[in-house]
Amino acid sequence: MIIFQGVSKSYKNNGHASTALDNINFKINPKEFISLVGKSGAGKSTIIKLIIGEERPTKGRIIFGSYDVTRLKSNELYKMRRHIGTIFQDFKLLTEKTAFENVAFALEAAGSPQSDIAELVPKALEMVGLSNKADNFPREMSGGEKQRVAIARAMINNPDVIIADEPTGNLDPINTAEIINLLLKINELGTTIILATHNKDIINHINRRVISMESGQIVRDEEQGKYILF
Amino acid sequence: MITTIVRITKYGWQNFTRNAWLSTATIAVMVLALSVFLGLMMFNVMTGTIISSIENKINISVYFKASTAEDDILNVQSQLKSLPEVAVVDYVSKDQALAAFEDKHQNDPTISQAIDQLGSNPLLASLNVRAYRPNQYQVIADYLNNNSSIQPFVEKISYAQNAGIIDRLNRILDIARRGGIGLTVFMSLVAMLITFNTIRLAIYSNRESITIMRLVGGSNFFVRGQFLVEGALYGILSALVSMLLIAPIVYFISPYGTILVPEMNVWQYFVSHSLLLFFYGLLFGVALGLISSFIAVGKYLRESQA
Repeated sequence: MIIFQGVSKSYKNNGHASTALDNINFKINPKEFISLVGKSGAGKSTIIKLIIGEERPTKGRIIFGSYDVTRLKSNELYKMRRHIGTIFQDFKLLTEKTAFENVAFALEAAGSPQSDIAELVPKALEMVGLSNKADNFPREMSGGEKQRVAIARAMINNPDVIIADEPTGNLDPINTAEIINLLLKINELGTTIILATHNKDIINHINRRVISMESGQIVRDEEQGKYILF
Repeated sequence: MITTIVRITKYGWQNFTRNAWLSTATIAVMVLALSVFLGLMMFNVMTGTIISSIENKINISVYFKASTAEDDILNVQSQLKSLPEVAVVDYVSKDQALAAFEDKHQNDPTISQAIDQLGSNPLLASLNVRAYRPNQYQVIADYLNNNSSIQPFVEKISYAQNAGIIDRLNRILDIARRGGIGLTVFMSLVAMLITFNTIRLAIYSNRESITIMRLVGGSNFFVRGQFLVEGALYGILSALVSMLLIAPIVYFISPYGTILVPEMNVWQYFVSHSLLLFFYGLLFGVALGLISSFIAVGKYLRESQA
């Protein structure tokens, strides 16, 4: 479903090239729950940015379903992104839209009929426990609530994959547990989950496939992995 | 497609109303720019009226010797009419000249008595020649001075006496005309730059939203469309407010303009052309709003994708 073939990514800063990813190869199968772990700067976020087409690789090829991400034109990216739900540490909610509107936006952008939106959005908000916050703006919500809105938005399109980049980075332990449980639940319903984190407790708790990274390289890829400090 | 356009319009309106302070600030700056634009249009009308009023006052008068027969004068009139530079040639007979003179000085008994004492009409018949453009008078004057069939009848030509003034007026009118065009172009450019920058700043504050919208599957058209609607709304409201702002100003200054040039009524012009002026303002505002939004959003659309 997602294939990285010899992917490298380097950035040029003041004429000096710095390598963010070096010859990355892996494959993610449908319905997997996979954790990308490693210290800050290990290359987790770069992998995520490459999957969603926010960055392009310097070398190699990335396949997502029927899309060759490396060959997609920038004005075609949205078609692929409608198959992906994204969750970020800083929530990335539209500040001038209510929780309902934030979730509905993904459906409206995809051209879903109004009747579907009226039916699906309340269900998604109910699933993340925010039915009573539908008309609240992000500024009126706590960090945990904002992240749950982001999860509702990520899953509303019934995507093939949900990518979560440090989704619990700004949350307390209770909210962290709730968010991870929600992701596990969504995975059980058949959606592939890619979780990038450096939270050791989460990784050891969920006991799923772990890809460990260090200095832009994959150092370990285990089916039921643990977070091992380097 | 219709659903998408309805949604784009809804979001554009939502952005506009929910960022009320930003919208107000943007519109305020655009109103100033548009007022300058509309003000310049009014200014051009005023200077145009003043210029044509002055132009209408310039003419060449050819005075004929007292012995000249009316047929000869009418013959000169038809010769002059055939010149391409000549717009109008009015014949003023001796009697008409006297009647006009008496009419003009009817309240001055000394002059009336002097005329009566003379016993005969001392005034000369004349042709008042008006050219299409002020700079054509020299050509007409040259024609009159160099034409041997006309010269024997001519007593004097007023142009020779007024040539200096006419020439100076010509230059002033030319500078006024060129200055008006230059000022309009310059101020319109300034207004355009200010508007563009204001909208660019308004969209800059939405750059994060643009990135998010694209991340959650919004196409370039879907994202950009909202900001185009918002830009058009800025233009429409700015045009409306500018007209409301200019109306009382024009009403106030109009009487002063009439004192300067009696045939100039700026308020009347404003009222009779208000729809056209509003249309120009709307065109300027909406076009600028759309173009500025298009360019500014494009920058962030490019930045939010690899």
